[in-house]
Amino acid sequence: MGKKVGMEVSIAAAEAAALCDVDVVAAYPITPQTHIVEHLSELVANGHLDAEFVPVESEHSAMSVCCGSAAAGARTITSTAAQGLALMAEIVFIASAMRLPMVMLVANRALSAPLSIWNDHSDAMMVRDCGWIQVFCENGQDVYDHVFHGFRVGEDPRVLLPVMINLDGFILTHVIEPMEFWTKEMAKSYLPPFKPVYRLHPDKVVSMGAFGMPEIYAEQKMAHDVALRNSRPVIDEAWDELARLTGRRYSAVEHYKTDGAETLILAMGSLCETASLAVDQMRDGGKKVGLVKLRLWRPFPFAEIRQALAGAKDVVVLDRSVSTGGGSAPVTSEIRAVMYHEPSRPKIHCMIAGLGGRDVTPDDVSNMVDMALAGTGAEYYIYGVRG
Amino acid sequence: MAEEKKKRILKPIKDFPLDEYIASGHRACQGCAEVLAVRHVLKAIGPDMVLAMATGCMEIISSPYPFTSWNVPWIHVAFENAAAVGSGVEAGLKALRRKGRIPDKNVTVVAMGGDGGTSDIGFQALSGMFERGHKMIYVCVDNEAYMNTGVQRSSSTPFGASTTTSPAGKARPSGQNTWKKDMTAIAAAHNIPYAATACPSYYSDLMRKVRRAAEVEGPAYLHVLSVCPTGWRVPPQTSIKYGALAVDSGVFPLYEVDHGVWKLSRKPKNLKPVTEYLKGQGRFRHLDEGMIALIQERVIANWERLLKLCEATGDKPAQSGSES
Repeated sequence: MGKKVGMEVSIAAAEAAALCDVDVVAAYPITPQTHIVEHLSELVANGHLDAEFVPVESEHSAMSVCCGSAAAGARTITSTAAQGLALMAEIVFIASAMRLPMVMLVANRALSAPLSIWNDHSDAMMVRDCGWIQVFCENGQDVYDHVFHGFRVGEDPRVLLPVMINLDGFILTHVIEPMEFWTKEMAKSYLPPFKPVYRLHPDKVVSMGAFGMPEIYAEQKMAHDVALRNSRPVIDEAWDELARLTGRRYSAVEHYKTDGAETLILAMGSLCETASLAVDQMRDGGKKVGLVKLRLWRPFPFAEIRQALAGAKDVVVLDRSVSTGGGSAPVTSEIRAVMYHEPSRPKIHCMIAGLGGRDVTPDDVSNMVDMALAGTGAEYYIYGVRG
Repeated sequence: MAEEKKKRILKPIKDFPLDEYIASGHRACQGCAEVLAVRHVLKAIGPDMVLAMATGCMEIISSPYPFTSWNVPWIHVAFENAAAVGSGVEAGLKALRRKGRIPDKNVTVVAMGGDGGTSDIGFQALSGMFERGHKMIYVCVDNEAYMNTGVQRSSSTPFGASTTTSPAGKARPSGQNTWKKDMTAIAAAHNIPYAATACPSYYSDLMRKVRRAAEVEGPAYLHVLSVCPTGWRVPPQTSIKYGALAVDSGVFPLYEVDHGVWKLSRKPKNLKPVTEYLKGQGRFRHLDEGMIALIQERVIANWERLLKLCEATGDKPAQSGSES
């Protein structure tokens, strides 16, 4: 493989989109996503990328333009965060239900109020049930590779779904990281041109977006659900091909020092790297702790999660958002539900940390594990709140 | 009487296209002038088009899955975003055509919404589409209220109309107590190449304007008054009559703004009194003489202002932003 070059992750993501030869970019500025689309507009302005850059007047229109463009059969990308995702949410749900492939990079950021431009996962969790393929990236290389992966999977005629790539705002978007870059040839061999099953063009007349009477709505919903679940083999296939091409292996669920672990930490996104340092420390201290990284959030990898958590006594889930007034935070709720019917199930602890950009260090992760094992006496615990 | 009847007969267009792009069997109400407007818009453009439509009457009557009335490529995404979806279609087709991935063929992109989808909830997306200069047509089919949800007032509902959310009552005898938002002037203020009003009662004028809209380089806006017998509470067979009366009384003048030049499309010698237009419409039946006088006054003032605009801009084509 090629040598590693340092680059800001946002710029790298835009470079990946350019190598994918995207046709339409529609985006509205919002921190911390801006560098991605700024660089894309620069590539278009300089003639390095032959695409239409549509500088829309809101995120709602960004997602609407993406729907129109994808329906026309154009390779389409956008990017947003937090309030932007909230504003476009209406159309986010429609894009997937209309089976319109596109890639959206979500620079994960806390939802207002209070206004915060900093990182957590409350934006992504708000649209958890939107019917997109959703991945969480651990580092910059991961983000870069997944832009190619996202288009390949989403546009596959067996899938036809939009793909959301989550990358932690600032923690990933604004960091300069050594990465291996793809060549044009690699991109070309990995990603065939988008050949939509249907496109809006007078040569073949179609109607898209009909309304559903009660006799058909449930069937449509089920078809969407089946499509999302059935995308899984294609997702794996694209990861296999990516591994062959780059030597980097991605999986729905990944393990770090889980052999013989009695306690497992479960995390998503960039927190996985922090947690792996904590695991090193704890292992050095003789504690039997391992880390399970959940990369694929939708379609949810049930079998792998059950398998990964089967032998553990305790699982400490690190959540990055709050289900206010609910049972536990979204990731923990999911994990608890998945494990409920297992014959032997671990205790599943919910630790909420890193809200609105609050830093989470490896020591914090160790502390949270200790606190969880000692028992917090609550369904969920918001870590590090000042008294 | 006989003479008056004779005058109202419209000359048929010689090359009136016989192909239908919205099929019969749709579920529009009897006498719906909106679906008639849609039919004429599509006929004027022909088959090489893509239509992006807002949620509303036209979408609901035409597309109960698995049926469709559309013989042109058609997409509906949501209520407030037809202009943005159309922008996306335009951008997508443009990029694909440039890159040689689709046939090298002119395709007219049309976005369409009702008065609510245009002047209220879709206003921002529409302004964005104008400002960015997409080469496409936006058609507002204006039936002056949210008819699809049961005749609620919009910002395009005229003063004095009683709707289900602007009912005439003792404390507010006028019903709607605000004046109709002037969408065509707002569109023209974006300095787009072409903006015009039209009405299916004058279908040849409507179709000529659609063709002009398709021809200009950049965004075009058509505001089409579409009589809704259900919401206006008039007999279905009077739709065409009321559309013509709206035009001939000056309530809804037909004009176009072509590259900044304002031009009347129909200039009656004498405007008919607004009473002729208002009478017989259930939505206006509560109006007293004072309120009618107020409406009449306003119509005259608007008409005179329009004449002045035509005079002032007649020999001064404006620089259009999107054609620079």
